[in-house]
Amino acid sequence: MSNSHAIQQPGATSGELNFYLKEEHHPQNGTLLGFWVYLMSDCLIFACLFATYGVLGRSYAGGPTGAELFDLPLVAINTSMLLLSSITYGFAMIEMRKQRIGAVQVWLLITGLFGAAFIGLELYEFLHLIHEGNGPQRSAFLSSFFALVATHGLHVTFGIVWLLTLMVQVGKHGLIPENRRRLMCLSMFWHFLDVVWIGVFTFVYLMGVLP
Amino acid sequence: MPDHLDITKLLFGRLSLDAIPYHEPILVGTFAVVALGGLALLAALTYFKVWGYLWREWFTSIDHKKIGIMYIVLAIIMLLRGFGDAIMMRMQQAIAFGDNTGYLPSHHYDQIFTAHGVIMIFFVAMPLVTGLMNYVVPLQIGARDVAFPFLNNFSFWMTTGGAVLTMISLFVGEYARTGWLAMPPLSGIQSSPDVGVDYYIWALQVAGVGTLLSGINLMVTIVKMRAPGMSMMKMPVFTWTSLCTNVLIVAAFPVLTAVLALLSLDRYVGTNFFTNDLGGNPMMYVNLIWIWGHPEVYILILPAFGVFSEVVSTYSGKRLFGYTSMVYATVVITVLSYLVWLHHFFTMGSGASVNSFFGITTMIISIPTGAKIFNWLFTMYRGRIRFEVPMLWTIGFMITFVIGGMTGVLLAVPPADFVLHNSLFLIAHFHNVIIGGVVFGMFAGINYWFPKAFGFKLDDFWGKCSFWFWFIGFYVAFMPLYVLGLMGITRRLNHFDDPSLQIWFQVAALGAVLIALGIGSFLMQIFVSIRNRDKLRDVSGDPWHGRTLEWSTSSPPPNYNFAFTPQIHDGDAWWQMKQRGSKRPLAGFLPIHMPANTGAGIILAGLSTAFGFAMIWHMWIPAVVSFAALILGAIYHTFNYKRDYYIPAEEVAQVEAERTRLLANHV
Repeated sequence: MSNSHAIQQPGATSGELNFYLKEEHHPQNGTLLGFWVYLMSDCLIFACLFATYGVLGRSYAGGPTGAELFDLPLVAINTSMLLLSSITYGFAMIEMRKQRIGAVQVWLLITGLFGAAFIGLELYEFLHLIHEGNGPQRSAFLSSFFALVATHGLHVTFGIVWLLTLMVQVGKHGLIPENRRRLMCLSMFWHFLDVVWIGVFTFVYLMGVLP
Repeated sequence: MPDHLDITKLLFGRLSLDAIPYHEPILVGTFAVVALGGLALLAALTYFKVWGYLWREWFTSIDHKKIGIMYIVLAIIMLLRGFGDAIMMRMQQAIAFGDNTGYLPSHHYDQIFTAHGVIMIFFVAMPLVTGLMNYVVPLQIGARDVAFPFLNNFSFWMTTGGAVLTMISLFVGEYARTGWLAMPPLSGIQSSPDVGVDYYIWALQVAGVGTLLSGINLMVTIVKMRAPGMSMMKMPVFTWTSLCTNVLIVAAFPVLTAVLALLSLDRYVGTNFFTNDLGGNPMMYVNLIWIWGHPEVYILILPAFGVFSEVVSTYSGKRLFGYTSMVYATVVITVLSYLVWLHHFFTMGSGASVNSFFGITTMIISIPTGAKIFNWLFTMYRGRIRFEVPMLWTIGFMITFVIGGMTGVLLAVPPADFVLHNSLFLIAHFHNVIIGGVVFGMFAGINYWFPKAFGFKLDDFWGKCSFWFWFIGFYVAFMPLYVLGLMGITRRLNHFDDPSLQIWFQVAALGAVLIALGIGSFLMQIFVSIRNRDKLRDVSGDPWHGRTLEWSTSSPPPNYNFAFTPQIHDGDAWWQMKQRGSKRPLAGFLPIHMPANTGAGIILAGLSTAFGFAMIWHMWIPAVVSFAALILGAIYHTFNYKRDYYIPAEEVAQVEAERTRLLANHV
């Protein structure tokens, strides 16, 4: 590679060089790479929120600690909802490969329901905390907790809206290449949120209840 | 909770007639000028019936060339505003000594230095850089457009939306009085309860989305859409620096988004991230914002380095010296830019070990940068140098930037920094590198690629005036600040007691006037060039005897850029084509697949801007409505599957035949 800019002797290479393509050039589609890069940038937003939680997560300001607040069984159910939704999204992708429109929609619907259950449980947890006077204003620990978990929740909510839109679009246009690409992007998005949640579950909840 | 819902409050929030600063004569005067000028412009556009043309051909265009030009127009307009702020500060500091308090009370002065910094970085330097990259990169890599043409249009309008919010703050409400990074606790709700910081936050959030998306877009474009044969190490250096800049954008801007979102939560919800009580930690904000902020300055300077590389090799008539080392230097700078953020606050007190780590990483950056300077010098060595205007800017840069780099290394020494922190020495340093690096680079780039974009060169005389006024003006304006900084004068003051300092500020003010003449000459240069466009016309498409692909197509390029995709064999692809006597193919044209224009970008960005405005003023009903409209509009847009069209082969043949005729008539 280093000699690509070396000075070449005129006529050193034998034969005429072709400087123009005679046929139409089709560069690779960049959507999946672009979406992947977007996910990585989103990952950095989460990284900042994790870092903030890492710095402020023990600043209780005389208020309750994670060990006092977190209801691990509830969070465990919540986590399983999200993990199951990832599996069902995988089933939707398998059906997409088989070109079965109806089955794709059914699995998407199930995925969306699991996602909605996750959001429902999370909202219940939040409302419960706020009701007890442990809202995000209580301490820097709770501020960073709510910011991190709610940002993830907002992403899941957005994912559900996107998922419903795609169900309609798949019904309307079938599994055309555009829709397959969109399903692929949403798939990356959904699994990405799953991975982030594993981080939240471990870093915030499990480590939070440690003494 | 309020006892009864006040509908006026929900609709208008804190916005009332009191928000209009009609008691401030300076603002009223400015408003009158802007309003009259704006009305005259609107009337002229209506009179000449160009609204339809503008909408169809520009506002809704997804052509990367038109979007690039629009970015640069936006930057030039905002430069006038940002410079207006600068010269007001210089005048204030030149007169406000002893009993004289000057003409700007601190309330106003603080808004001006904040607006100056924000506008110059986000709405002048960023659009200039993004605009040049947008225009040039697809042409340099032999592509027909960027990877995501619609997103490109959307990004531009989001950037414009941020600029519009900043401009609105001049006449409706006020701007932040916090400095350009809005550090808490000063920017918190207790110290800044009014709308200023909210304007700052929402303008940057709206524009930040645009910047991030355009970063992803250009990055994917460079990775995926290069012409066949163009391996990474055959990319032009400007494309390389653009790639690194866009990697930096993607890796830095999310941090800005996150940290501003946390600051908004502190202000809107009452959380305690950066407050002084209940466990908050303001230094967390300082760390995060500089983790974005330091890469940001490299985002600005790397494309300028790319421009200088293209300019030096073109006007020296030589291949760039040390291409490979240039690429590696760029990549090393990209990586190192993430390891230095703490040098912005050595005074935080993180201890000797941490400070020395960041001091040393900072000094190391000067090594790849120095390698670049030597590469440019060796490119010029024994070259047949033509001192056209872009070359003047480049030489001016090399001299100025080296000085700025040396004061940077000086500031990187923590003990020295403890003395110079927040002093005018720092102000002089970063203006030295940003004006001497980014601004000079962008002017070089504009002068260099203008003939490509419009088909005629820029006027030489006014270009040289612009360069010399800027160059001399910069030294006159900022060298006194180095001196003052060494004497211990801190930044952001609007009044001084010691009369012996006044002469330095008066000299600096004179420098600002010289720079004003430089900006005036630049505007004059554009005006004169448009008037004399027939005399300055270039039909060859290659007025400078260029080396890279953008010079192989016509000026301005057809909307499909290249009738046939070029096949690359060498780093200086177009130079090799010329050396080998390659002929433009004149037959065998094929239909060309192109993306179609859409108004979705401007509409969605308009809704985002409206949402931002509603949030700033706590207008909850408009906020909910505009947010819902934004989401629904975005969903509606995804139902549009017909996003492209084919340019028929006959039309391509016709355009190319016209170019053949022009070339034959102007040998």
